[in-house]
Formats: sequence, C-alpha cells, structure tokens
Amino acid sequence: MKAHTQLLIIALTVLLLIQGSWAHAFVDHTEPGVGSQIHSAPTQIKIWFTEKLEPALSKIQVFDISGQEIDKRDVKIDQSNAALMTVSLPALKPGKYKVVWRAVSVDTHVTTGNFTFELV
Amino acid sequence: MNNSSALRRALFALSLCIFVAAPLSAFSHGFAGDRFFPATLTTDDPFAASEMSLPTFTEFRQPGEPPFNEFDISTDISLLLFPNTALTAGDGYNIQRVVNQKTRTGFDNVELNLLYEFFENDKHEAIASIGLTWDIGRSGSQSIGNDTFSTWTPTFYFGKGFGDLPDNLPFLKPFAITGTLGLGIPTNSGTQSDPNPNTLEWGLALEYSLIYLQEHVKDIGLKAPFNRLIPLVEFAMSTPVNRNVDKLTTGTINPGVIWSGQYFQLGIEAMIPVNSESGHNVGVIAQVHFYLDDLLPKIFGKPLFGR
Repeated sequence: MKAHTQLLIIALTVLLLIQGSWAHAFVDHTEPGVGSQIHSAPTQIKIWFTEKLEPALSKIQVFDISGQEIDKRDVKIDQSNAALMTVSLPALKPGKYKVVWRAVSVDTHVTTGNFTFELV
Repeated sequence: MNNSSALRRALFALSLCIFVAAPLSAFSHGFAGDRFFPATLTTDDPFAASEMSLPTFTEFRQPGEPPFNEFDISTDISLLLFPNTALTAGDGYNIQRVVNQKTRTGFDNVELNLLYEFFENDKHEAIASIGLTWDIGRSGSQSIGNDTFSTWTPTFYFGKGFGDLPDNLPFLKPFAITGTLGLGIPTNSGTQSDPNPNTLEWGLALEYSLIYLQEHVKDIGLKAPFNRLIPLVEFAMSTPVNRNVDKLTTGTINPGVIWSGQYFQLGIEAMIPVNSESGHNVGVIAQVHFYLDDLLPKIFGKPLFGR
C-alpha cells in the first residue's frame, strides 16, 4: 500500500472518531445581558452556551450586593435546548446582582465565569 | 531514513490526519479561572495542552550582506503527556531569495520542547510554567544556514489576566499578559572571530480579549466574528549576554489579531523590526492553530499518561 493511501485511511479513521465531538462551552448570550441595566425584575437568569451541557455538573448562582445567594437553587438545562441553562429568581429589589456560572460540556470540558446586572 | 526525516514524516502524517478531520464549524486554549488565553504566534504561551499549529507562515526580509527575503512554512504539535506536562515538536521549510543569486531552500532544524505547569491561581487568572527547548543541531539543511550545533533554552513562562481589577475599572478587565524569559545556551561556543554567545530570549504578549469583554464585563452587542477577536501586540526579543559579543538586542514588535473559534484559531501579525540589526522591512506572520483536545476529545481530551 502506498504511503498516500495509508495516510488517507488514517485520516478517514480520525474523521470517524471526531463525529459528535464537543468542546469548551462559551457564553453565547444571556438574559439579563452581561453588564446590563434593566428596569423590570427578571424571574429567571438564562444563559445560552455554545455547547450542550452536562446537567449534573453545571450550575448558576446569583448573589446580591452583600454576597448572599438569592436564587431559588433550581438550575435546569432546557429540555428542548441542552445549551440553555436557567435558574429562577425571587422578586428582586433594585440593586446590583452577580451571576456566577459553571458550565460542563457533555465531553466534560469545564468553563467558569461571572457577570453582573443592575436592576434600577 | 535518518531520525529527523522520520520525525518530519510523522509530523506530516499526524498534521494531515487532523487537517482532513477538522470540522468546518467553529469556536476555543488555555484557561486560568474565567480567563481564556489564546495560543500566541511569536512568543510561547504558558499552557500545557494538546494543540497544533498548521501552518505557520512567515515572510520577513532578513538583514545581512546581502539581505534576503525569507519565507518559512512550519508546523508544531504539542501533546499533553501528563496532567501538567506537554511535549512539543516543531519543524519548518524555509525558502531564501537573494537578488541575483540562486534561491536556497531546506528544512529548519527540528525543535523539541518540554513544558511543565507548576502554578495556577484561578481567582487571579494567573499561571506559571517552566520548560526546556532543544534546537537540534544538524537536523535541518545546512544550505539555509541552520546551526550545526544544538542550543538548549531553559525558559520561564507566565500568564496573567486582569479580571481581578476593581469593579470601577471594568473595561481594563479584558486585558491579559503572557511572557517568557529564557537563556539560550549553544553547545558550541564558536571561535574568537565568530562566537556563539548565550542569549537572553525574552518575550511578551499584551492581549485585549473581546471574548472576555462580552462574557464577563459588558455585552456590547458584538456579533460574529468580532465577538471572538483578541487584538494583541507581541514582543519577541533576543539579547547576547557573553563572549564579548558587541551586538544589540534584536527582535520584532508584532501587532495583530487572533480570532478564536471552538476548535481552532486564526492569527495574523505584522513583524516590525526594533532596530537595523533586526531588519529594515515589516514582515508578516499568519497561523492556523488547532485545539486538539476540543477537536478530538476522545483521543486528546485527557493526558496520554497519568490522571
């Protein structure tokens, strides 16, 4: 077998191996927006990621200005979109809030991050 | 087949496989806490990871008597051997054009590097590593002026993101810096008329991550591809330190931009000589760089050994 044929077979084998490959999950967009000022209180934090998430290992936490966690601790991965993670909020008072997230994509790559929004 | 030829064939085969297999969809290399650091083009980054540059293209007019235009196309592959240790092998093909002379071509010397990450602080987006580079003498073509002796370069690497700045400085948080400081030690000291000095090899990369800005500071509404850009400027320098070599620091300042996708990144930089010893014309470097651990997680998602 010629060297080029061998290389092609190896390349096709690798191509099969990467079918269904995943990567680090980055934030695509969020509601409320990163660093945004909003005028009506949100009932949920929604974060859309670039990859499908592993529900058991991914989470969102929301903290008020004093550092107290105020979310309802009911983090969910959307059933129709596995790249969307949400957590519910109680009735918020005006103020600045910090959202801390940890995303584990289905191939177990981990990314973390945080952002703030302000309810005015 | 000699050893360097076998290594080149292996590098080429692996590169071809991965290039053919690369998915067309894109985005992600190197994390410290919330900070993503891209692979920089002209200075090494401090991360031990499985990744591959294919190709890196450089065009630069080298100074000398006479000066010549140099084109270099190269590849390097890094494999994560242990959780914090990576081995890199790199080589390139070099074309040198001199006015009124025959074009010279040939392979560069093969270069190997072993890097160990010994410190990471996620809260402060900080990382530090040590490494040893071996430029293998006589492994490349003599016709293009490759060294006939080996050079060992022990190097310290670091990276720091500025996401821990106070909240009243939000738009400075996307800044990050990586750097290297190494001592190049040739195995042949040369002659009195043509000495081979030890050299201080130092470099810096100052980056402003629009990815970080959008994800952590303020969503300013950037859409693809601009939301994945990292403008940067790199400084790649070399300073002789002994053997009475009366030469200046040489090097280039390289402003450019990196676009980082999920599986690969694209980078391009201008290469501006810092003085006449370094050159007279602006060159260019461009690179396609693959994140092997994202591209082929079943193979490269974990270290080859350990864990």
